Amino acid sequence: MIKYVIKRILLMLFVLFAITTICFMLIRILPREIPQDKVLQQAYRDRWEALGYDEPLMIQFGIYLKNIFTNFDFGTSWYVSPNTPAAEVLLDRLFPTILVNLYSLLLSVPLGLMFGVLAAVKKNKWQDHLISTMVIVFVSVPSYVYAFLVQYFLYFEWGLFPLNVYSLADAGGSWFTFKMFYSMVPAILSLSFGTIAGLCRFTRAELTETLTSEYMLLARTKGLTRWQATVRHALKNAMVPILPMILSGFVGILGGSLIIEQIFSIPGVGQLYIKAINLLDYDLFMMDTIFYTAIGLLSGIVIDLSYGFIDPRIRMGEK
Amino acid sequence: MDKNNTRSGIPKEKFEFADRDSTISEKKFNHKPIGYFRDAWNRFRKNKASIVAAIIILLIVLYALIVPFLGISEEMNLYYAKKGPRMTWLRAFGIADGGVDEAFNDLTYIKLLAIGAAAEDRDGTASVSFAEGQTSEYQPVLESQGYTAQALPGGRYKFTYQARVDSYLQLGFVNMQVTQSEYAKILEWQEESGLQVIYPLIDEKSGYFYSGAPEADKANYWYKTNQRGAPVSVNEETGQVTALSLSTDLRLEDNYLRDANGDPVYHTYTGGGDIHTAAYKVRVLYYNYYQYRTGSEPNYLLGTDSQGYDMALRLAKGIRLSLLVAVFVSVINFMIGGIYGAIEGYYGGLLDLIMERISDILSGVPFIVVATLFQIHLAQKLGPIPGMLFAFVVTGWIGTASRMRSQFYRFKNQEYVMAARTLGARDRRIILKHIFPNTLGTLITSIALVIPGVVFNESMLSFLGIVNLGTAETTSLGTLLSDASSIWTNYPHLMIIPAVVISLMMICFNLFGNGLRDAFNPSLRGVEE
Repeated sequence: MIKYVIKRILLMLFVLFAITTICFMLIRILPREIPQDKVLQQAYRDRWEALGYDEPLMIQFGIYLKNIFTNFDFGTSWYVSPNTPAAEVLLDRLFPTILVNLYSLLLSVPLGLMFGVLAAVKKNKWQDHLISTMVIVFVSVPSYVYAFLVQYFLYFEWGLFPLNVYSLADAGGSWFTFKMFYSMVPAILSLSFGTIAGLCRFTRAELTETLTSEYMLLARTKGLTRWQATVRHALKNAMVPILPMILSGFVGILGGSLIIEQIFSIPGVGQLYIKAINLLDYDLFMMDTIFYTAIGLLSGIVIDLSYGFIDPRIRMGEK
Repeated sequence: MDKNNTRSGIPKEKFEFADRDSTISEKKFNHKPIGYFRDAWNRFRKNKASIVAAIIILLIVLYALIVPFLGISEEMNLYYAKKGPRMTWLRAFGIADGGVDEAFNDLTYIKLLAIGAAAEDRDGTASVSFAEGQTSEYQPVLESQGYTAQALPGGRYKFTYQARVDSYLQLGFVNMQVTQSEYAKILEWQEESGLQVIYPLIDEKSGYFYSGAPEADKANYWYKTNQRGAPVSVNEETGQVTALSLSTDLRLEDNYLRDANGDPVYHTYTGGGDIHTAAYKVRVLYYNYYQYRTGSEPNYLLGTDSQGYDMALRLAKGIRLSLLVAVFVSVINFMIGGIYGAIEGYYGGLLDLIMERISDILSGVPFIVVATLFQIHLAQKLGPIPGMLFAFVVTGWIGTASRMRSQFYRFKNQEYVMAARTLGARDRRIILKHIFPNTLGTLITSIALVIPGVVFNESMLSFLGIVNLGTAETTSLGTLLSDASSIWTNYPHLMIIPAVVISLMMICFNLFGNGLRDAFNPSLRGVEE
């Protein structure tokens, strides 16, 4: 078990390293954007030379790795927020992203599970047909379409919510004020539709499978009511694949959604990424790449490992 | 039980053998054998949702193929950008009339209503009254929806008029530069068609010209105004100026540029060139000028897009590009993924391990990063579309490959494969003839499900501005959405039309893909990946 976990983590680190290497090379060979301002131009040139940006590529990579391991220094943002360490810029942006996605997940997980269970229990009845149809629609429709619908109705037609997420100053200086939450509601809603539908579909599929298994028949024969049997046996077994998916969703909230952040102008990681590309801020772009890659790999690992923790019957690492 | 009873109730001699003489073992089946694809088709046919989805996809594809050949003008028209749907023959039914609901203050409302009077007043004598102008076909207000009055301090009122206006006619008059030869051509066309394009110029130096008007609107203030843009009446003798207000018997005084004889001036020479290139400044009624240019009234079934192209045409082009990219990507993925997965799955062992690590690394790179890198590196040299295609292909085949690999693992140790091997079949033959046909269903399904993913990712990339596909010839659905994203609140059709199409495409392709999966692989029904 522990051996398997270590093996998986080492493998992940290897993949992360390989991707970092490839991306580093591809990004560093790009011509650097030079500032218009003459003074700044000279300052940046000097600074880049001092940082070894003129060295051969392999040596640059060596310096880059050394900086990461010794100082946790992922380079410097030159244009988005000049002369700030890239890691710091990213960490500043992390919080709004996490918050919006966390709210959205807290909303969608119970709803998704609920609708999924309902559809599975009422399989082939009108409730199931209704939910399944809605699921197909909501899974397919792209998230920005929801965003526009939400903006249109909640802002223009009914005037209930603001168009964009408030800035920190507008909302009273904290991310946790009610005002901030209030302005985030449209973004949270637009994020949630797809997640609810996806989770609902998954839950329904898993639960219908466990509902038809033999231990359910035994449970009913023992005298359990349908409700008891479903909750105690079917749902518990169905949760084995569902829970890892939810867990990886929680890892995924770090990454957030590029489009939703752009539309609702949430000052998060996704918006930072777009800004970094538009301003050709390559160090920051590199930082973002590592970040997104790490999250993707991490959520994969979480899915794999959590299977073993949730269900001891699954022996990990066995062929 | 029942069966036995009835049998026992019938006397034994009544029974006889049906086919005593013939042997049915030698008989051929008199119906065709049902093969794998026939079987799948039979199952697919029963899935009504998938059939409907397939039909909708077909209609969308037909739309994208046919519309570019209908001879719709590809011209960009800046004056008619962002306008709503308008079809002359549909106007009678009250739909596609180019109308938008807008609110006006009293000054802009007078200006709007005055367009009709000015358009009817062909010789610049101001002979058409304001009220008569209301019945003109060039009068933009389709439906007046009343007004509200808000009391201001000082006993005055602020009026807000609600009206549904034809956004094409709302443009009214426009100041333009034309060459002398074109001026002559327009005059000729005026004679032929009986429609007037060129109207008297406005005297901008009379002191009664509303110089504060927005540039595009200046040609519409043809009457005498004060500096706020309110219409005024000027007493010739005393020079006394009185402000006019909106009423039924309102009579506007024209502010046309006049020559020494008092006749209105239709063009002024603004310099340059010989007889063909000399530039004239003219004031045209844009609606008629459009007819002069194109030969017909503005007909845009889906309105115009943010740059002034016909939306129906742009939409067809967008769908075409999105679908082409999607189909191209899925075919390439099918080939690369199929071969890669087959080799992995069939040979297994160390080779499999190494190849798996390679695909691990590739699949670990977030798609958005791949797309960005390819855009930055390749867009300059190859253009944005090949850059995007590369990005899709580089990581897109991995899903297909892993599906293929597991299929090969499943089939490679089956008895018929062993039998083939015992008979001396080579690896290539076993892979292609024995295992591959069995995996075809899975593969086709995965291709069908790749398409909506590509359509979505393409729209996402262009929406975020990472890929820029919008040019005069090409556009994509994502580009249309992205162009609309900042202005769609004023022009909802810019957003609604592409959003509906893209949602419809996504839903239908998903339904269609699910139907295919159920048909090819009934045991997987209801299982989601």
